Amino acid sequence: MTTSLSDTRSLSETARPSRFGILRHSVVLAQRSLAKTSRNPGPIMNGIITPALFMVLFLYLFGRPVAGTTAEYLQYLFPGILVMGAGLAGMISTGSAINLDLKNGVTDRFRSLPISRTAPLLGSVLADILRYLIAVAVLFGIGALLGFRIQGSALAALGAAGLAIMFGFCLSWLMVFIGVLVKSADAVLSFSFIAFLPLQLGSSLAAPIDTLPGWLHAWADINPVTHVMNACRALLNGTPDNGSIGLTLLWSAILFVVFCPLAVRAYGRQE
Amino acid sequence: MIVGDLGFEVDGLIKRFGRTTAVDGVSLAAPHGQVLGLLGPNGAGKTTVIRVLATLLHPDAGQVRVAGIDVRQDPARVRRRIALSGQHTSVDDELSGRSNLVMIGRLLDLGRPDARRRAGELLSRFGLDDAADRPVATYSGGMRRRLDLAASLVGRPEVVFLDEPSVGLDPGKRDELWQMIRGLAQDGVTVLLTTQYLEEADALADAITVINHGRVIASGTPADLKREVGGHTIVLRPSDLSDLDPAAAIVARVAGREPDRSRRQELIVPVAGDAEFFEITAQLRGHGIDVSELAFRLPSLDEVFLSLTGAPTADAKDAV
Repeated sequence: MTTSLSDTRSLSETARPSRFGILRHSVVLAQRSLAKTSRNPGPIMNGIITPALFMVLFLYLFGRPVAGTTAEYLQYLFPGILVMGAGLAGMISTGSAINLDLKNGVTDRFRSLPISRTAPLLGSVLADILRYLIAVAVLFGIGALLGFRIQGSALAALGAAGLAIMFGFCLSWLMVFIGVLVKSADAVLSFSFIAFLPLQLGSSLAAPIDTLPGWLHAWADINPVTHVMNACRALLNGTPDNGSIGLTLLWSAILFVVFCPLAVRAYGRQE
Repeated sequence: MIVGDLGFEVDGLIKRFGRTTAVDGVSLAAPHGQVLGLLGPNGAGKTTVIRVLATLLHPDAGQVRVAGIDVRQDPARVRRRIALSGQHTSVDDELSGRSNLVMIGRLLDLGRPDARRRAGELLSRFGLDDAADRPVATYSGGMRRRLDLAASLVGRPEVVFLDEPSVGLDPGKRDELWQMIRGLAQDGVTVLLTTQYLEEADALADAITVINHGRVIASGTPADLKREVGGHTIVLRPSDLSDLDPAAAIVARVAGREPDRSRRQELIVPVAGDAEFFEITAQLRGHGIDVSELAFRLPSLDEVFLSLTGAPTADAKDAV
């Protein structure tokens, strides 16, 4: 009547894992992360609504004083908002999701399964990439409604979206690292909020950094987000990038090379 | 395939965290298909032992083998044979019970149809058919526990580690869970179960290892343990309260120690064997003392624990 629970040898003993196990497991775990997002869309909505709000507010607050017309200003503002959206999507989801899993024992279960210890981390980040795509696509839609027009080539526009997402992805490893280290999910959230303001707003988002006072100019100049925004702006508006694309690639590489191994190590460490 | 006789085996395990030695030379083992209860108060090192066995922590010293495999040499192979159900129920609230189980199946390299079939089997077995497609967030505590146990069985593990499985369950739900844990052992699964509840260890375990401050302080079958700690106990209640003092004097003389009089109207005293029991009975009769209750019994596990650790159990503390 009842099914025997151990009528054969361990299933997982007989099912031979392939060499691509880590990829398949990561995809399964990415699906888990996305299923959770669809049931609890708060964070991703937050990641879209925040930049959209900034776009509308800045546009009508500063559009005329800064650029003369809102239409002119939107061409300046939108690429920065795009970068904010991609960055935010990773900042809010991955770090706190990993942190929650660690706290409530889900990670222990995953670690006691015969899967790669990195798979849960990779799965979460993979799911993020889809979340970035959604955020970027929705923001393009809102931008178009407000009157933003892509002035570069279609290829350049794709390049801009790609750069924003790539940067968001690389930045998210910093948040993953913090998510693994920090004690509570609340702390992760408040950290991302505190990091969000100077990183995203202390940049070329609202106005060219030449117009900023000395100390803020100095910060905005070294802030990698400034370069990503400049690069997207150049690509979307068909203007020269003045090396900002190169700087974006460099910063992305640095963030990834430093924080991805740190996060993976901290996560895989057994104690 | 060579399979040892033991489901798992821990010998001289030491595990330190910084300067604290959480586990200090623990040895324990269980033959295939047996339930070993690892009993101890909070902070005794139970969870650390389970985490080492489940390959979540590296041992600092000692031998640890699960299903005959050394956890240090081949943790990946160990993970193919085991399942862990931690203190927290590690299921996803947002997903349905079924999705939770299917996901575990797919992580264990089952194809999607196989994973769904296995999930269906387990949901029926654990009485979760009706709730299978509801988000886990809507489940009761007992249902979550059952789902968590089901999740640990997806891969048909040979050895299952259950860390305080009945925490937070009311007695009815707890009995239900116990039934399911017994079912595991009947299917030949070796189970290591940690608990603070003597009642739980007594109800489920073939053998019990008691640890305190990271060391084993006793081990054996529940009956062994009871025998090991001071033989038997006599409980005596005179019919007439005024006989309490003379009866206490008799008991003290024969047993060689003052009886415990913390329960009014009752005398409780540990004795070495039945000779004292008969002697006390004879002397009571000689003095014409009638008794309304007279018992000669093995000590309860609570008494065992008290005498082993010098500290009352969580149960006893709650009862006060």
